[in-house]
Amino acid sequence: MKLQRKNRLRASALGALVVSGALVLTACGSDDNTKTGADGTTKASAPAPGDIKCEGAKGKLLASGSSAQKNAVDLWVKNYMAACSGVEVNYKSSSSGEGIVAFNQGTVGFAGSDSALKPEQVEDSKKVCTGGQGINLPMVGGPIAIGFNVSGVDKLNLDAATLANIFNDKIKKWDDEAIKKLNPGVTLPSTAIQAFHRSEDSGTTENLGKYLKAAAPDAWTYDAAKKWPAPGGQAASGSAGVASQVKAVDGAIGYFELSYATSQSIKTVDVNTGAGAPVKATPENASKAIAAAKVAGTGSDLALKLDYTTKAEGAYPIVLVTYEVVCDKGNKAETLGTVKSFLEYTASDAGQKVLTENGYAPIPAEINTKVREAIKSLA
Amino acid sequence: MASTTPTHIEPAPPVSRSARSTGRAGDKIFAGLSKGSGVLLLVIMASIAVFLTYRASIALSKNEGNFLTTLDWNASANPPVFGIAVLLFGTVVSSVIAMAIAVPIAVGIALFISHYAPRKLAAPLAYVVDLLAAVPSIIYGIWGALFLVPQLNGLNLWLDEYLGWTYVFDKTQVGVARSLFTVGILLAIMILPIVTSVSREVFLQVPRMNEEAALALGATRWEVIRMSVLPFGRSGVISASMLGLGRALGETMAVATVLSPSFLISLHVLNPGGGTFAQNIAAKFDEANEFGRDALIASGLVLFLLTLLVNGAARLIIARRKDFSGANA
Repeated sequence: MKLQRKNRLRASALGALVVSGALVLTACGSDDNTKTGADGTTKASAPAPGDIKCEGAKGKLLASGSSAQKNAVDLWVKNYMAACSGVEVNYKSSSSGEGIVAFNQGTVGFAGSDSALKPEQVEDSKKVCTGGQGINLPMVGGPIAIGFNVSGVDKLNLDAATLANIFNDKIKKWDDEAIKKLNPGVTLPSTAIQAFHRSEDSGTTENLGKYLKAAAPDAWTYDAAKKWPAPGGQAASGSAGVASQVKAVDGAIGYFELSYATSQSIKTVDVNTGAGAPVKATPENASKAIAAAKVAGTGSDLALKLDYTTKAEGAYPIVLVTYEVVCDKGNKAETLGTVKSFLEYTASDAGQKVLTENGYAPIPAEINTKVREAIKSLA
Repeated sequence: MASTTPTHIEPAPPVSRSARSTGRAGDKIFAGLSKGSGVLLLVIMASIAVFLTYRASIALSKNEGNFLTTLDWNASANPPVFGIAVLLFGTVVSSVIAMAIAVPIAVGIALFISHYAPRKLAAPLAYVVDLLAAVPSIIYGIWGALFLVPQLNGLNLWLDEYLGWTYVFDKTQVGVARSLFTVGILLAIMILPIVTSVSREVFLQVPRMNEEAALALGATRWEVIRMSVLPFGRSGVISASMLGLGRALGETMAVATVLSPSFLISLHVLNPGGGTFAQNIAAKFDEANEFGRDALIASGLVLFLLTLLVNGAARLIIARRKDFSGANA
């Protein structure tokens, strides 16, 4: 109870922050915030009536899963519950694995996951989704930033192969030839490199692994998995743990969601993708890379196949997409209405706009259109 | 005790009769309730044991690695591969380091409080030591990660330079001090209060006569302690250490926060890496699938057995030394 209250408090604080940010940002242009008055915050935190359709929504909806999308979901839930009175959405931010376990046990209406369902998980989901199966709806995108802390170095360019060799303990000093070559004109110290990875199984690790495997197959020979595969380096718990180590240790490098880098002002690596200029880790650049993705799922399943080797100008290739996992058919009658109505909001323009304002990347329009269709067809 | 028993024989019969029952309703209800509590405890223990063994057996039947020797923990993968070698090693090594540091210091504090310190100082000091036990382990973890680890970097380099030849203190991998050695130091601080307060109680129970006899023979204070206090308190100190060891073996959050875990066995205790049972369960539980959780439960069962073994050994030692000491009477 206490926890819930605290979360709600935090969500409302964040909500107020975002809405005031939104007011500033939308001051010139967008016109869908007609109802948000300039006077009080209470009025301002209520979203425009057109964004959220409460029809069919009722009671309490439980959801669980990835902590990567926690901040976004918290805001969505806050806005949604303000608009639809009497409906309660409760997203337990734990982990993708736990979310999928809960989904396949039928205890939650939808789950959030950093990776699409694996075949055996889809098989399991058929028991819960009567006459249907679990599908993946890409909802939240985001860059995985590579943070570094090398005294005297403000800007660092690296490519996939060099990153792979740093993370698998082959490159040991910051003044290694491979790094020097990518950073002409930068004085690199001979400090030892201390690479940090996640100590627990993590979707972020898996997504970085997918990138390294695809973009530098010679240097990175490990299969992408939630568990860190390479030798050497040190481990820390959670994105927050890795970020605080990188912040504290000279010569450190590590990976985490961009928001951790901005909040602790950790410098991030620009990735040399082969495009004209090295690409910065920003939500916009991540969106450009996600736009190059292809839908790999069939039917209403929209699991994405990301193009990690993209050389498109300004496309940041190390990205993570969080899916909402639902049943295409056979959703529980008591939660179906709420799931549809809530996801319709998160996939709407207003819902996706919450993302950009919080360091996440919205799902590109083409894919988003399919997501909206899939949500409409849920049964 | 022996000298006081005869005086207790007279009032004994009424006590034992009322313990059975006087036939009054209140007595019956109370007897039933206390019996029920006893049985409930056994039922809970039995069901925990059954649950652990059952879930562990599921995990063990599908493990593709060797549960005892595999240096990996990939239980949620398909096929699952996991082994406890690293965890067993890390748990034992970090606890041994903790004991090696904590027990001498704890005995020292206990002796100081019971035999050296003026009374005005002894009481507050005892209180402060007990207060250490009240600090939640996550706080120890955060303190360890944010304060202790950076502070220990210097000590690590010093140990590496001057004691590197011992192999154990040879630091072969760069990195901050998030090692089994640091974990050992942190655990030592955490088990200090329990070892100290139990030892202190035991030392205070040393019969006044024994000490005065030693003093009468012309012994110095240190000789008194050596001749009468330490032999008398030995079994008590051992049981106190075992209580501490029990906490060190099972400590979870503090270890998980401080250690940089890896699945390697290395006696270079200054290198970041290693892992313990409890730390591994805390770290892997979130992302584990159902089978992965069974595997973690299997490792928990091993920790359970290890603690059982340690406690059994402690009881054996104490039983053998019972004759020399009144501490357990």
